[in-house]
Amino acid sequence: MAGQGGMVQKRGSGLWLTHLGLIVGVAFIFFPIWLAFVASTVDQQAIVRPPMPLLPGDKLIENYTRALTSGVNAPVATMLFNSAVMALGISLGKIAISLLSAFAIVYFRFPGRTLFFWLIFLTLMLPVEVRIVPTYEVIANFGMLNSYSGLILPLIASATATFLFRQFFMTVPDELAEAARVDGAGPMRFFFDILLPMSRTNIAALFVILFIYGWNQYLWPLLITTDPEMNTIVMGIKQMFPSGDDTADWPVIMATSILAMVPPVLVVIGMQKLFVRGLVESEK
Amino acid sequence: MATVALENLRKSYGKTEVIHGVDIDIADGEFIVIVGPSGCGKSTLLRMVAGLETVTSGEVRINDRAVNDVEPMDRDIAMVFQNYALYPHMSVFDNMAYGLKIAKVPTDEIKKRVDTAAEILQLEPYLTRRPRELSGGQRQRVAMGRAIVRKPAVFLFDEPLSNLDAKLRVQMRLEIKSLQRDLGVTSLYVTHDQVEAMTLADRMIVMNAGVADQIGKPLDVYSDPATEFVAGFIGSPPTNFLQAKRLGRHIEDGAKIGIRPEHIRLVPQTETDLAGTVVYSEPLGAETLVHLKLLDGQDATVRQDGALPIPAEGETCGLSWEPASEMVFGKGGSRIRS
Repeated sequence: MAGQGGMVQKRGSGLWLTHLGLIVGVAFIFFPIWLAFVASTVDQQAIVRPPMPLLPGDKLIENYTRALTSGVNAPVATMLFNSAVMALGISLGKIAISLLSAFAIVYFRFPGRTLFFWLIFLTLMLPVEVRIVPTYEVIANFGMLNSYSGLILPLIASATATFLFRQFFMTVPDELAEAARVDGAGPMRFFFDILLPMSRTNIAALFVILFIYGWNQYLWPLLITTDPEMNTIVMGIKQMFPSGDDTADWPVIMATSILAMVPPVLVVIGMQKLFVRGLVESEK
Repeated sequence: MATVALENLRKSYGKTEVIHGVDIDIADGEFIVIVGPSGCGKSTLLRMVAGLETVTSGEVRINDRAVNDVEPMDRDIAMVFQNYALYPHMSVFDNMAYGLKIAKVPTDEIKKRVDTAAEILQLEPYLTRRPRELSGGQRQRVAMGRAIVRKPAVFLFDEPLSNLDAKLRVQMRLEIKSLQRDLGVTSLYVTHDQVEAMTLADRMIVMNAGVADQIGKPLDVYSDPATEFVAGFIGSPPTNFLQAKRLGRHIEDGAKIGIRPEHIRLVPQTETDLAGTVVYSEPLGAETLVHLKLLDGQDATVRQDGALPIPAEGETCGLSWEPASEMVFGKGGSRIRS
């Protein structure tokens, strides 16, 4: 550890160079977001007249209120809510389903066990775009267009998450399952009392990834929601862009973009604490 | 309290039979140790009693009830695993209480039983800790506690001490023994360590390649081994095996004479016709182990009192022993008694 400590604690010019590199990198990534934020706090004229302002203006509350309550097609508050329902539905649904399927694949011997695993694994290779037409057909026939279930259900099965939980379950010692059997725990009891609490760090990690995945869905909501009341925020931003000669309401669009970024950021920051706690605690 | 009976117990994986029929009647309160080298099937045998492995043929009876098709929890057993198998996310208390909670034992009764077990095992200060905050010996105790609180009819131990360091192992061995005596619970204990087997067992089962070579009291097994394998496995350093033919005996083809190291005396070469060169000596204080190469190329070990003179390396010594301490083994390894 001493040697590693020496490596980490660089001194002198090395330290400054590293920091300089990082600061430049952060500024580079952050600058567009800053511009978007600035644009969301000034009025339309300030944006269209070059040069663009680099410091926030005084229209922050006005622009955000306008975005949240009226928006362009639908109020941003509605779209935020729709996105939240979809992202939560997808991430929680995916976690529940993949936990159960990984549990079945790892702990039960049934005919075709490996076949099923490989079938699930195979779907990893088919992105949404490839199966989007048949999926649309199915959802349309079920009458799920313009509904939350239509937004969530087609995206809810996850080969990645199943695979991840399978790998984790396989590292859990067999003796633990046997001890639970001797203690009289049935399979589902073992699952809920022992396996689930042990997987909580993996669940937290997956939740972050899947929430962002669900939040950023663009193509699918675009296809199946025609009613502005069902729009999600990520597709909503694009729909705010004017078609033809209309003028774009840039301050509101930018306010919407900033608002769309907030929930994923909150999830990452909130879950980070659980991550760290999990990393410290989960040592077996 | 219970008796356990195994009747012609067999286990096959596919077409490979790994346990070739084991029979034993275990009396109430008896401590049975199953000992053997890796892969001899001793753990499989224990797991069949636990109900974690299916029985291919034969019968396991606990208290005269056939339990072949009974789930582990309904067999009235408790098991201590080699890696302890503690639930990592539960406190020590919850680890011990889990089985009782499932069995819907009233909360105050659970608390009473866990507290009693914790007191016996000196775990009281640790009840709220997680397993990873405990040392190896303490984890071992928690695993024992989990077994005790269930008040089972039979304890099953699967190499419970093999993850501990040597000193702790000796200490835990004594604790297990006295605990088992106090509780009087019938126990089956699997180990590959012959010292554990000798010290713990009321009776031991020496397993060799899926066969119970010998079942008996430790000292009887030691002094009167039934097969060449048992004579070689029990006792350290192991029994010397000398080709009968080379000693000028004509018993049967391939027969061997087994003679324990402590039964051989080193004598002046002139007094005997069997001699060897000292390869090296290991003075252990109370005793000395002398390793010799016999003139016909066979190896032999002699264990002599530490007070006797230690022969120098390269010195030629005669070997002598009482005829009564000889054990004769046939070509197949089974004992030939005259």
